Amino acid sequence: MKRFILIIPIIVFIIIIAVLSVMTLQTKEGRNPSIVPSALLGKEAPNIELPMLARNIPGGFKGSDLVGRVNIVNVFSSWCVPCLAEHPQISWLATNGFPIYAINHRDNVSDASNWLKKHGNPYVAVGFDPEGRASLEWGVGGVPETFIINASGIITYKHIGPITKEILKEKILPKLHEAKR
Amino acid sequence: MIPEIGLFVLFLALIIAAIQAVVPMVGAVRQDVYLMALGNRLAVIQFFLVTISFTSLIYAFVISDFSLLIVYNNSHSLKPLLYKISGVWGNHEGSMLLWVLILSMFGAALAIWGKNISPTLKARVLSVQSMIGVAFLAFILFTSNPFLRLNPVPSDGRGLNPVLQDPGLAFHPPLLYLGYVGFSMAFSFAVAALIEGKIDDKWGRWVRPWALAAWVFLTAGIALGSWWAYYELGWGGWWFWDPVENASFIPWLLGTALLHSSVVVEKREGFKNWTVLLAILTFSMSLLGTFLVRSGILTSVHTFATDPERGLFILLILFVTIGGALGLFAIRAPIIKNNFKFAPVSRESALLYNNLFLTIGCAIVLLGTLYPLFLEFASNGESKVSIGPPYFNITFLPIMIPLVAAIAVGPMLSWKRGVIGELYVKLLFAAGSCLITIFIVLILVPEGPILAACSMGLAAWIAAGCLIEWASRIRLFNSKSITNTGRLIKSSKSANGMTLAHLGIAILIVGITGASAWQKEITTSMAIGETIKVNNYSLTLKKVQIGKGPNYNLERGTFSLIKSNNSSIIMHPERRYFPVARQATTEAAIKTTLLADFYLVIGESRDTIDNKNEWTVRFYINPMMFWLWLGVATMVLGGLLSLSDRRRGISIPVRKKA
Repeated sequence: MKRFILIIPIIVFIIIIAVLSVMTLQTKEGRNPSIVPSALLGKEAPNIELPMLARNIPGGFKGSDLVGRVNIVNVFSSWCVPCLAEHPQISWLATNGFPIYAINHRDNVSDASNWLKKHGNPYVAVGFDPEGRASLEWGVGGVPETFIINASGIITYKHIGPITKEILKEKILPKLHEAKR
Repeated sequence: MIPEIGLFVLFLALIIAAIQAVVPMVGAVRQDVYLMALGNRLAVIQFFLVTISFTSLIYAFVISDFSLLIVYNNSHSLKPLLYKISGVWGNHEGSMLLWVLILSMFGAALAIWGKNISPTLKARVLSVQSMIGVAFLAFILFTSNPFLRLNPVPSDGRGLNPVLQDPGLAFHPPLLYLGYVGFSMAFSFAVAALIEGKIDDKWGRWVRPWALAAWVFLTAGIALGSWWAYYELGWGGWWFWDPVENASFIPWLLGTALLHSSVVVEKREGFKNWTVLLAILTFSMSLLGTFLVRSGILTSVHTFATDPERGLFILLILFVTIGGALGLFAIRAPIIKNNFKFAPVSRESALLYNNLFLTIGCAIVLLGTLYPLFLEFASNGESKVSIGPPYFNITFLPIMIPLVAAIAVGPMLSWKRGVIGELYVKLLFAAGSCLITIFIVLILVPEGPILAACSMGLAAWIAAGCLIEWASRIRLFNSKSITNTGRLIKSSKSANGMTLAHLGIAILIVGITGASAWQKEITTSMAIGETIKVNNYSLTLKKVQIGKGPNYNLERGTFSLIKSNNSSIIMHPERRYFPVARQATTEAAIKTTLLADFYLVIGESRDTIDNKNEWTVRFYINPMMFWLWLGVATMVLGGLLSLSDRRRGISIPVRKKA
């Protein structure tokens, strides 16, 4: 019995080392430890009110506006280069019948309005969040980020980083169909 | 030429370390006095060689020798001298060299000062210490060579991460490493004792000063790191339960347990196996901490240089070092006999209780730190979580309350068999102080929370308990008061050190309670001339100036903070932009008073709709922050006082048998 107790430390240790080695190997092969899914997954979208950006841009919305159908919420900024890269995909989604709301993250009125004028405005509504207060509620770590919200207003998926064509096909569309069920 | 010398002597150091790892051990087995004594010389030579290597690296940084890759990547000719020097360990390669320097320094210190330690044990300790040295020297030379040259030579460097351009970097990592690596001595003593198969009171007396020194350094290192994060990150907080912070806190908890359990070995020849295990585990956790910081498998706000490739190498070192030690423990521990009994109420029980709670606390922090990795592993990458302050507050704090509450009682108990009855009056007095404190706090801060008042009461209970125990030890209240001063001087420094360190905990609790329960935080945006009100204070943004530092541009706000009684202070928070690194840092303006810190951060400016300039401003009132730092400083002082006890000094005179 006593012998067994004395062996426990080394057994626990070997288990820890084994797990750490596997994780280190995965990190070496491109696992990104900083991507942590939102704590909001499976929870209701935060009901914080986002003001409109400017008079000529449809906008202002709050979490409860997102109930009743599957919606997408996209976080963008005019200063964010990857946001521009994903903009064609966002526009494609909009023209194919997916309503997209936007959180304009840490931006200013003139830059954001010009950006939308120049690259097109695919959004149903744009909410202005210059201080990132609403983004904090939504658990946004950086731009761009995209949320899928089902008809009961529950966040079912969150994508961090730009939506490329591949990601659109392999992740976003399947997740949108899942959310519809 | 000088970097080549640095590299060459590092190779020599590896060879010397390899010899030192074998020769004294063989000497101890053969009882060969000459071979054993050779260990001392080799340890000093090894230290000397690593010092030369380290100095040559510092030299390369000071003269901005950009032909070295490490200098090019981490320095810049415009950087102030202090940051050129501290930049040496602000990166992976240099910090590992510092690690090895400290490791060999401890070996040399034992060789020079450990004159009274039995020669065979000392020879074995030096061997084990050098085995660790071989592993890390090989690690540096084969995966992290700091002396790599660049061709062609760049005209200027890429600069040091701006967050690291702070006096904090000059002191925090060296102190932390002195603590981490200091526990290698306890580890080597433990492994040497297992090899020798003999652990007695002398072993306890020899290992304790090393463990205590490491504990003092680690405590100071963690506190300095926390202070640095407090003023540099600009988040208003001082502890974030971040993996890297936990990585230093885990060995601290075990090291604290080790300090307490080794007393039992020293005084009563008890808890021998347990103390040996603790010594092994404490250093193991230091190594694990090094691994977690270096490998980048966890995310952290403090990780600056990560590389999974090197992480694997460190893991290999961990596997061999700790696996070997724990394997040895499993095999050899049964032969170490414990012939030791104590009553349920006794100093031994109190120390057992201390160890139990510290170990559980440590397990909780370790679990919280590694759990995200284990979950990700078990679910094959599907589920990921991050574990933050809520987990630790719910699980760790409840374990710490019974632990710290016992500080008032433990030192009053006598060895072998204590009598509760004797403590009755003393404890009644401490309980009285506790209740009075709760009462006073509730009157002063009627809005609560009640838990904060209780926590202040806990601090009073501990402090009262410590002071009563100290007073009765030096017989403060006995009639012949003239002899008291003499008694105070004679009363052992190590016992006074203990009292001081325990008082430090009480003061620390005051600080932690104030800063966490009563903190006020306001985040808003302000235009020039605007005023906000927080509690009894009004804060006005007077102006924002634009200026230039040695290697950065800055925006400097001028705020006036006016109290209700019209006393006002001016505060200057800064936002610095480093063009070389294209990165901004915040310099919080902190005004410290006895009762609260006023902490002000100025953020980015932005245009509002009507084209006015506004700045994001975060303002914190952190009550009792000063006491938090004072508490840790008192703990460190207590440790130093105890360390200065000549009976326990590094070279211990042989104690006469009573």
